[in-house]
Amino acid sequence: MMNRREALSRVALIMGGTVLGAEAFLSGCTTGTTGLKFSQDDISFLNEVAETILPATGTPGAKEAKVGEFMTVIVNDCYEAKDQTAFMEGIKALQFKDSKAKMGKAFLEASPAERTAFLTELDKQAAEFQKTKKPDETKHYFTMLKELTLWGFFSSEVGATKALRYIAVPGKYEGTVPYKKGDKAWAT
Amino acid sequence: MNAIEQHLQKKVREEYTDRVIINGRVANLTQPKKGRGPCQYRNLCSRGCPFGGYFSTQSSTLPAAMATGNLTLRPWSIVTEIKYDKDKKRATGVMVLDAETNKTIEYSAKIIFVNASTLNSTWLLMNSATDVWEGGLGSSSDALGKNLMDHHLGIGASGTVEGYEDKYTFGRRANGFYIPRFRNVGDDKRDYLRGFGYQGSGTRENWKREVAEFSIGGDYKDALTEPGSWTIGMGGFGEMLPDPTNKVTLDKTVKDKWGLNVLNIDCELKDNEKKMRKDILVDAQEMLEKAGVKNVKSREGDGTPGRGIHEMGTARMGRDPKTSVLNGNNQVWDAPNVFVTDGAFMTSASCVNPSLTYMAFTARAAEFAVNELKKGNL
Repeated sequence: MMNRREALSRVALIMGGTVLGAEAFLSGCTTGTTGLKFSQDDISFLNEVAETILPATGTPGAKEAKVGEFMTVIVNDCYEAKDQTAFMEGIKALQFKDSKAKMGKAFLEASPAERTAFLTELDKQAAEFQKTKKPDETKHYFTMLKELTLWGFFSSEVGATKALRYIAVPGKYEGTVPYKKGDKAWAT
Repeated sequence: MNAIEQHLQKKVREEYTDRVIINGRVANLTQPKKGRGPCQYRNLCSRGCPFGGYFSTQSSTLPAAMATGNLTLRPWSIVTEIKYDKDKKRATGVMVLDAETNKTIEYSAKIIFVNASTLNSTWLLMNSATDVWEGGLGSSSDALGKNLMDHHLGIGASGTVEGYEDKYTFGRRANGFYIPRFRNVGDDKRDYLRGFGYQGSGTRENWKREVAEFSIGGDYKDALTEPGSWTIGMGGFGEMLPDPTNKVTLDKTVKDKWGLNVLNIDCELKDNEKKMRKDILVDAQEMLEKAGVKNVKSREGDGTPGRGIHEMGTARMGRDPKTSVLNGNNQVWDAPNVFVTDGAFMTSASCVNPSLTYMAFTARAAEFAVNELKKGNL
């Protein structure tokens, strides 16, 4: 019904904006800028950032869904070079320099509560930056981290089946079913 | 339809006499058929359905053709030229360039159906019989390459609906609602020609939404695991008039990696489409507002031709060989054993999806070609 290009552009919207890398991901293209090296420490750090954004509550969090590893694949395969640079510089600063300036210690040495307070403030700055930035300016690196976390988590098996409800294939469609507060949303 | 789509349907029926909201019409099988389907309710049709639940050439018509035992598929083939015998005034075959090996092969045939997709079909004609006509096969009329059309879209409105928080949907539906054309129908007269239809849908927001109350953390995550507000929206699909200044021409200087001339595309929305787009926007907003939809927001893309991916025209059919490339049976006037039955033959764009029209004309032309061949006319 909807044409393919429209369908792609809708899938690629998260938090009211276009997700970096989503179009390349969905169309099966690579941006031709692969070759970033992420160490195991980098992946662990990204997992902890993701876990702070979407922690385990009554349901598993982003770390269990291996969102850190997901981020490295998307950034490597689907980000443009200038966005890759902004992402790499951003996480480097976040891991040590900015964390030390704000919390007096590296990110991984901070407690979950300290990390949450720090990233909440960073999220505000990023949201403010996004509102005022020029169209061709790269996104704030924390906006990248946040959208990658949401995308990676809710499309993972853990996120789709444990945090959300997943309907297996073959399915069916019913236009109207009852809903009560607390019922989980459908994953897809 | 779901609860809020039915809400809109009811309100529109009450408020207007000229408009209806219906379920969309889609080519999804609800029952298995000849090894295809049924639809698995994945709503991934745009990727090409591996179950054949949604119609595609690969799932439906190619297997049927294969079953006749008369089909040979030759991938990596770039048809570069239709060979033309100017004494017999007939095509004799095609030249194929193998995209991988760069070797050329000549195939001969009694009849040729050109279905390279709209622009490539015209490109092929332009590159054929250039020793007889400088502009290529079918250019004797001056219509070849002219009257390129698409559907103009990217414009509409959406908003949120309150009062249905105790309702949800189940499953993935590869469909939405449709509002058939109502402008310039019956007594309605606008300051432009033709009209548009709307495609739309209502959904409950998911984890991709913005949550104002929380920024990160456990409460934020838990909020995202529940559905959000109901939203409903629609976008117009407008008819684009044929205009000879919307055209493609062969670029004589720029070549692709196989050394073949590329096409230049010169196409834009004209005044008729621009006037129509004002109605598309205003009518969508008005219907939603009359239905009590809150926070109605308009969406206005630029509607650049090409966005619709429904290229049509550039080798149109007609009654007069002076003003058209093809006759009423999709035969090239200058080579009756060459048939063009993809979007290139279209004379007008309508405002509905065009594939079924192409398929119907193709079936009709194929039957005609077989009969003519049997009679010895081709």
